[in-house]
Amino acid sequence: MTTAMNVPPTIDVTGTARIPFARLFRVELRKSADTRAGRWLIGVTAGLSLLAEVIFLIVAANHTPQDVPAKFGDFVAVSAFISSVLLPVLGIMLVTSEWSQRTAMTTFALEPKRMRIILAKMLAGTALTLFVVVFALFVGLVCNALLGVLRTGGADWTFGWSGFFGFLITQTLAMLGGFALACLLLNTPAAIVVFFAYKWVLPVLFFWGSSLMNWFDRLSPWLNFQAAQGPLYEMPLSGKEWGQLLVSGFVWLVVPLAIGLWRIRRAEVK
Amino acid sequence: MIKVEGLTRAYGSFLAVDDISFECKPGTVTGFLGPNGAGKTTTMRVMVGLTPPTRGEVTIGGLHYRDIPNPGRHVGVLLDASAQHAGRTGREVLEIGARTMGLESARIEEMLELVSLDPREAKRRVRNYSLGMRQRLGIAHALLGDPSVLILDEPANGLDPAGIRWMRGLLQGYAERGGTVLLSSHLLHEVEQIADEMILIGNGRIVARGTREELLLGATGGVATTLVTSLDNHALSQALTERGLVAHPAGGGLRVTAEPVEVGRVAADRQIVLTDLRAGNEGGLEDLFLELTADTQREGHPQTTMTSEVSA
Ligand SMILES: Nc1ncnc2c1ncn2[C@@H]1O[C@H](COP(=O)(O)OP(=O)(O)OP(=O)(O)O)[C@@H](O)[C@H]1O
Ligand SMILES: [Mg+2]
Repeated sequence: MTTAMNVPPTIDVTGTARIPFARLFRVELRKSADTRAGRWLIGVTAGLSLLAEVIFLIVAANHTPQDVPAKFGDFVAVSAFISSVLLPVLGIMLVTSEWSQRTAMTTFALEPKRMRIILAKMLAGTALTLFVVVFALFVGLVCNALLGVLRTGGADWTFGWSGFFGFLITQTLAMLGGFALACLLLNTPAAIVVFFAYKWVLPVLFFWGSSLMNWFDRLSPWLNFQAAQGPLYEMPLSGKEWGQLLVSGFVWLVVPLAIGLWRIRRAEVK
Repeated sequence: MIKVEGLTRAYGSFLAVDDISFECKPGTVTGFLGPNGAGKTTTMRVMVGLTPPTRGEVTIGGLHYRDIPNPGRHVGVLLDASAQHAGRTGREVLEIGARTMGLESARIEEMLELVSLDPREAKRRVRNYSLGMRQRLGIAHALLGDPSVLILDEPANGLDPAGIRWMRGLLQGYAERGGTVLLSSHLLHEVEQIADEMILIGNGRIVARGTREELLLGATGGVATTLVTSLDNHALSQALTERGLVAHPAGGGLRVTAEPVEVGRVAADRQIVLTDLRAGNEGGLEDLFLELTADTQREGHPQTTMTSEVSA
């Protein structure tokens, strides 16, 4: 071939910038919602939050404030229960769908620095969490205002910044909890099962353990990540509460995530 | 352009790729041939950083794949066309690629047209794609960033005959413009017509390499063979034997250990009408391929005379 001699056997990369992180983030956000499964998950999370708050509104409107007290914070708590179940699933799917659908091959071929992709996914998950949180707050706002009109005695707007940040942080941590397990297990059903075992079975075990063993009673607040998140709704936290939050968070969030990232970095992508 | 040096990939004590080295030059098509499980895909996966090598390394244009900024703009990769999200539409698959690489969306339309996926098919979900459509989508994805290097694992897999011919032309044109192409296949005849150089791999090791002519020469030990068919094969066979040439019946004609021109001359002298006359080494190349990789053939050492006659 004549051309073979004219073209040097190197590629000129001087004119190519590496992929900006903002672009990776936008692409990951798009990928979370460009399939039916993704759109449904986000839609159902927002839809159920809406439904739960509306049901709570109907119940409250038909009772006196003495029977069913309803503050702004209560509306938000109703929706927080729903989203704390579904946001982790969203966090899981962000990671595991790349493995179950085998798109990781394409994703990592286009950006071989895998940690950039994972970080972009993590931020995409956080952005979606923020969206759900803002949506739930907005619905809560409307519902609470409606309740003020429907029920004598007006609306109780007790919520405060502490409630807002508590809501935002706990939901983000819930999403990240799923995300971390997904990185560790790289498998959708396994990550979902383990997450809900952690969320619903573990607190029961903690409770039994504490009531049976004295030493465990002293240890468990430092390991029970979910219990440690409770005070976030009533800031400021004491030094001890911060400590318990950080220690238990390290165990349940940082450790699985770190092992998961190490695994993804070295994994053979098939 | 692509440089593989002493590459080894082990799974436990099993060597999927065993100390292989080769180079692909710009402006050429390199065919990577071997039976199932020979290590082709593994080698290609190491090239693009999806599988870490156990020993050795691969550079593309002097760089490790992970050091190429925005690699999709330089290296087009098709490893497994079915590795796409079943729930995405074909167009969306390209959209994601284009956005990641930072390309205009006009490029998507261009590529869809190039691989002949019409707008209706592009709107369908990949789940509902046929094998060939997936393959076309994969090729479109590999070409999206207008790369100068192409790494394609069995790109003809699932394509119809027209599609295979189209792809052949596409890759040839691509190499003529200075691109570097590495494509793998199990099928010799699929590759030998476009590949400037072929690399035969079996059991993770390179068993032969070279241009078609070089391999052919090696295949027949430097002796030319000719396949000939005439209206009177019996008479021709006798005439050839009288000239001291060895002729054996093969299929509907004869296989002669000689250059086609010699056989033609004998036939002309005896006024025997030829209906077919050609160099008969294609079968030889296929024999060579099967023989060299015989250890890894699942069917054991194959009896090839029949098949080579059929394909010749
Ligand atoms: N993760 C793994 N663990 C163990 N063995 C593996 C692994 N990946 C690949 N192999 C083995 O490595 C060998 C080479 O596989 P490879 O996919 O590279 O073959 P190939 O030449 O592409 O074959 P085909 O033509 O069938 O696609 C096979 O024997 C395969 O089973
Ligand atoms: Mg293969």
